Amino acid sequence: MVRYVLRRILYMIPTLFGMSLIAFLIIQLPPGDYLTSLVANMTSNGQTVDPAQIAKLRQIYGLGDPFYIQYGKWIWGIISRGDFGYSFEWNQPVARLIWSSMGATLLISLLSLIFVWAVSLPIGIYSAVRRHSFGDHVFTFVGFLGLAVPNFILALTLMYLAYRYFGQSVGGLSSPQFEGAPWSFAKLIDLLSHLWIPVVIIGASGTAALIRILRANLTDELHKPYVVTARAKGLPEHRVILRYPLRIALNPFVSALGWVLPHLVSGATIVAIVLNLPTAGPLLFKALVSQDMYLAGSFILVLSALTLVGMLISDLLLAALDPRIRYDR
Amino acid sequence: MATEPLLSVRDLSIDFALRTHILHAVRGVNFDLRHGQTMCLVGESGSGKSVTARALLGLVDRPGRISRGTIRLHDGIDIARLRPGGRAIRRVRGRRIGLVFQEPMSSLSPVHTIGAQIAEAVRLHRRLDRRAARARVAELLRAVEIASPEEMLDRYTFEFSGGMRQRAMIAMALAGEPEVLIADEPTTALDVTTQAEILDLIKRLQIERGMAVLLITHDMGIVAEVADQVAVMRFGRIVEQGSVERIFYDAEHAYTRRLLGATRKLERTGVAPRKSEVSPPILSVRGLGKVFEGRRRMFGRATSPVRAVSDVSFDLFEGESLGIVGESGSGKTTVGRMVLRIIDPSEGSIRYRDRDGASVDLCALGREGRRAYHRDVRLVFQDPFASLNPRLNVKQIVGEPLLIAGIANGRALDRRVAELLDMVGLDPLAMERYPHAFSGGQRQRIGIARALALDPRIIIADEATSALDVSIRSQILDLLIGLQARLGLSFLFIAHDISVVRYFCHRVAVMHRGRIVEIGDTATICSRPAEPYTKSLISAVPNPDPRAKRMLNRHRFTAAA
Repeated sequence: MVRYVLRRILYMIPTLFGMSLIAFLIIQLPPGDYLTSLVANMTSNGQTVDPAQIAKLRQIYGLGDPFYIQYGKWIWGIISRGDFGYSFEWNQPVARLIWSSMGATLLISLLSLIFVWAVSLPIGIYSAVRRHSFGDHVFTFVGFLGLAVPNFILALTLMYLAYRYFGQSVGGLSSPQFEGAPWSFAKLIDLLSHLWIPVVIIGASGTAALIRILRANLTDELHKPYVVTARAKGLPEHRVILRYPLRIALNPFVSALGWVLPHLVSGATIVAIVLNLPTAGPLLFKALVSQDMYLAGSFILVLSALTLVGMLISDLLLAALDPRIRYDR
Repeated sequence: MATEPLLSVRDLSIDFALRTHILHAVRGVNFDLRHGQTMCLVGESGSGKSVTARALLGLVDRPGRISRGTIRLHDGIDIARLRPGGRAIRRVRGRRIGLVFQEPMSSLSPVHTIGAQIAEAVRLHRRLDRRAARARVAELLRAVEIASPEEMLDRYTFEFSGGMRQRAMIAMALAGEPEVLIADEPTTALDVTTQAEILDLIKRLQIERGMAVLLITHDMGIVAEVADQVAVMRFGRIVEQGSVERIFYDAEHAYTRRLLGATRKLERTGVAPRKSEVSPPILSVRGLGKVFEGRRRMFGRATSPVRAVSDVSFDLFEGESLGIVGESGSGKTTVGRMVLRIIDPSEGSIRYRDRDGASVDLCALGREGRRAYHRDVRLVFQDPFASLNPRLNVKQIVGEPLLIAGIANGRALDRRVAELLDMVGLDPLAMERYPHAFSGGQRQRIGIARALALDPRIIIADEATSALDVSIRSQILDLLIGLQARLGLSFLFIAHDISVVRYFCHRVAVMHRGRIVEIGDTATICSRPAEPYTKSLISAVPNPDPRAKRMLNRHRFTAAA
């Protein structure tokens, strides 16, 4: 087992390297760089720009260098001293920006994941066992609605409802009076009252998807001979289902760990912008628009690393859950 | 009968409410199970025998339901009246009646240890703590003759061999110490020798514990070996029942006689002896071997290589059927695949004499040469359901090889397909229909027509009849024999069922652990085998004659491991 984990971690190194290369390449792809978009911004504001000054800046930032040298400098900075470069837009080291937004991102990801699990597990079981019943049809209908409605519309609706009927301050993760205040019980309550909206919205599509997957998997398993065997032992029906077919149909639940984080960052960006969440999505989006390349590149790198870790954890959990996978190595 | 029946079924009917009509799966069935006796329920697939067995445990799945009749235990409980899933029926399951299934792999949970699954059954019926339950499980495993049970109970299903899984399954069924044991085709998925051991075991346990056994099977040979009473089922009804002697020697119903006839027919040979030929063999295999290399991984250790076949040599003559028999894992399928050149041999040579009489080294063939060879050598598969694409109609299935080879299309293709269907005894008008419209035997005929499409010289049949009912089995074999006489085909017939090989093949090669242990004329091998392994294999085959129980007095081969 230890050997397997080590091997998996070793595999991650080339993967990460490739990802960083691709990330950096993609950021470089659009014509121009941060300075050209800066100049364009300034001229449109009516300011004049001294070309000599720009050329000097370009040299300082190393933007004139060929791609591989820029990449080499950046990646060496990360490996040798944990320096992810400097954000042009924010005038801050990239590392500080990333760590400040990563906390909120991870928090919302984890909570969404728990929400997805907590809701889809019972509903999925119910839908599979009572297939084609009235309740199953209702859940199926609601589930497809959750899949089909764009998240940001759901976000706007929920914000409106929360504001109109609960009189809550919406948007962000805390009310204005707690902004920057030290941690207290009241602040925690406030945080929780804000958190549920993004968690529900971001979890909605994942929940709908997992319900469908669990329903399909469990339906397949329910009629396997080993379930009849369990019944023939004299086990009560609920224990038959929880102990046998569900154990085997559970694998996609664990796999969800691997995809929920990238989903949150890429898929939930619009939601995060609408809800004004301090997560990584909007920051990455802004960095890409303004061609703030070190910030964007580092974000993608860190997210890739986290995704790989998520996948490793989900694979290890799968192995713990299913001996067939465990013994296959 | 002097003894009171332990369980008596009266007028049992089970209906399935389907979308368009009601299917009467079981109609007015009566039988009794008695202390220490074995009742065999025989019938072909779809006769309703499995549904009947499940009904005894209240396990009929929706939309099926018991529409009439009683299933009464000797103390008056009527199982047919118990609420499904209720407490009362759960006290019957496992405790009064134990159940063993056909497929031991899929009937045991893949993600729980064997011990955990049996312990669960133990603790359901007896108040025992964890440790006592474990000791009880070990005791049960010992009772079903599993070596070093304390160690084995922490293993998973997939670490057990087929026979051991079935033993574990029986141990589980015994956990609640039931009075009645139902075994639904308990040995169909197993090798003959393993089958004999499992049937031995059931018999022994039955005598020790005085259980009544209901054995469901399609194999009249097994019935003759183990049954006291027999009930023959067809289309949901019991057409005839009585003592095993009466059924075998004095059957009244035409269906029973037909079933027996189909089984006894396979006790003889069905092929005319081949004229001793002087012509060189069409296929000549020398020193063939296969080692499956272990997988190698980046950063990881390689898995160790497995030797599947070693030093296999045989000749196949024109117009001859050569049988390859062996248990699962003996390497017979690997040999077939190497001859077909789907997998590459690790060593040895295969020489093929083509239509012009030239000798071709198959191991040296390139892609083009192999394509030409594949026209001459075709395959018939085991599973007639999985081997036909359900989205193609019969014309497309049978005509596909012709289209690919560019031999015929349009009107000519239609004509050739009609001719092929006629050859395998199907109505050419069936061309436009899809596989689901055909029965298992008919589908196998379609598969044979497809194999014949390119006018091959050799046909490799890998367990081609083992998925079929007995009566269909002999029909298909007769068809193949007829085709061989007409077309001069050579067959490489891979099977685990010796009766089929005896009926169909001129010569037999017996494989064991990747080697051919004995090869010779079918009559010699089947009646006077020289090797101890062959002896044990032949004597493990159930004999459909209750007065000559071959299997229970069989020759036991103890392999030097």
